[in-house]
Parts: sequence; structure tokens; C-alpha cells
Amino acid sequence: MSNTIGVIVFPGSNCDHDAYHAMKHIMNAETRFLWHKETDLGDIDLLIIPGGFSYGDYLRSGAIARFSPIMQSVVDYAAAGKPVLGICNGFQILLESGLLPGAMLHNEQLRFICKDVHIRTESNGSLFTSGMKKGQVFRIPVSHGEGNYFIDDNGLNELENNEQIAFRYCNTEGEITPESNINGSVSNIAGITNKGGNVLGMMPHPERAMEPVLGNTDGKLFFESVFNRLQPA
Amino acid sequence: MYKAKINITLRKSILDPKGKAAHHALHNLGLKDVNGVRIGKFIEMDIQAESDKEAYELAETACSKLLANEVMEDYQIRIEKN
Repeated sequence: MSNTIGVIVFPGSNCDHDAYHAMKHIMNAETRFLWHKETDLGDIDLLIIPGGFSYGDYLRSGAIARFSPIMQSVVDYAAAGKPVLGICNGFQILLESGLLPGAMLHNEQLRFICKDVHIRTESNGSLFTSGMKKGQVFRIPVSHGEGNYFIDDNGLNELENNEQIAFRYCNTEGEITPESNINGSVSNIAGITNKGGNVLGMMPHPERAMEPVLGNTDGKLFFESVFNRLQPA
Repeated sequence: MYKAKINITLRKSILDPKGKAAHHALHNLGLKDVNGVRIGKFIEMDIQAESDKEAYELAETACSKLLANEVMEDYQIRIEKN
């Protein structure tokens, strides 16, 4: 049995083809696009909400996408414990829809940041990170203007206590430093999971680092870990 | 008919990078007496309602469900009769 991956396409998604290519041609998984008006996720083993500018980022990033027909199915899908991965704008959509806690602010220095950064695995308790070592460092590209993760102190404590912080920005040695916190995120946070560990949102783009020709294959290591625990429907 | 005038700003405890950048620029212009800048959104909504109260409640629902993200933003609503 092979896995079936679904990649949601909103008006304004622009990393949907990157995600499709990474899943279909690098991970060799059955992959299909899901237009945001679809509602049947029956055969999907991993749902990816890709990056981009859904609905032009009107009002706030991810705020309008949350009301697309497919999102109610995503909420039910996540509630059933199935894996949902939101990358970049996908992360913003998961925050706006309440599937993950917190919110996204403009990058502290107000610049759009597009470069490779290092992230460190903080918890390997989730479905996505179970194949990683705690402290494992990945070099993964980021590409965002609003990736400054915000949560209040109580929320942060809760994330810490439940081991929901999946990744933090770090330096090449894997140290968490103020300089490596590229966008001003609370506690260097680059990615978090829900309590159940089956919903992951992250700003970095592992799907853009899958092939030697692109100069970086850490994204493939990342997805190999994710695929570790996928169970065909 | 009523008109709701809504101001949405980042919560006071949150650093507003756009406001900070504008503050800096104003100082560079020589307006040294500007002590702080917060940048937000202004939204006008025309509302069909029977009373001020009903219009306010509708605007509040719109803010809490969509127009503002209460994790990071505060909002103020003013209702005017058209």
C-alpha cells in the first residue's frame, strides 16, 4: 500500500506545485491537488496546506482561506488524528482557523526574508518528528514577510509543557541564539504542533530543499521522517 | 441604516514594527515631539439593523469572527446613524 498525499490549492497558493513535485517525484507517493472547493478527504494519508498568498493575504494572511469549503473537512480530518502539514501560508491558515494556537505578525525588521536558515528539532514526540533526533539540525529555506510568531506567556508555557514546539531557529551549530531568530518570533519558534501531534505548522519550506540540483537535500531528510509514521488509509 | 466605524490595532503589549518604522521616519523629518506611532486598520461597514445596539452587536460579531484576530489585535467600534 502506498501513501496518498493531498495538496490543497487556494486561489493565490503558489507553492502547491513545489509540494506536488516533492511528494510525487521525490518521495514517489501518489499525490493529487485538492481544489479549495472540494470536501472529500477520504483517501488522503497526509494533507499539505502549501505556501503562497491565499486570497492575496487580504485582511490578514490566512484569514479568508479559513472560510473555504475545504477547511471544515480539514478541521474534521485533523480532529480524527490524521496528519496535516501547513507550510508558510499553510501555517498562517492553521493559526487563523484555530487548529494551532498563536498568530503571525510582520517580520520584526519589516523585510521579506528569502534565504536558507537552520532549524533545530525541539520535540520528537509528534507524528511528524518521530523519525528525527532531538537537537537534529536542518538547513531549510524560508520565504516570508509575516513569519514573526506570536503567542502570550501562558500560551508559550502551554506549548513548552506539552512539547508542542517542533522547531526553533538556530545557528549552524544548532545553538538557539538571538541572531538566528530571523523574524523576531517568540522563543525562536519556527514550527509548532497541536496537542495531538498530528497538525504541524512551520514557516520554513522543506519541499524546496529536496534535490542535489537545488543545492540542498535536508528537506528530503525531513519528509523521510514524516513518511516514517504515515499509515495508508 | 447604520454605519459602523471600526479601528483595529495591535494589542498594546505587542511591538508594532510598522509603527516603529514610521516613528523613526517622523523623527528624521524633524518631528521630534512625536512620542509613539501605532498603525492599524480602519473599516467602515454599512449595517441594516433596528437599533444602535443591534448594529453594535453585529459589528462586534464581525470583528471577533473575522475582521480582527484577538490573539494579537484590539478593536474599537463606533456606530453612527445614516
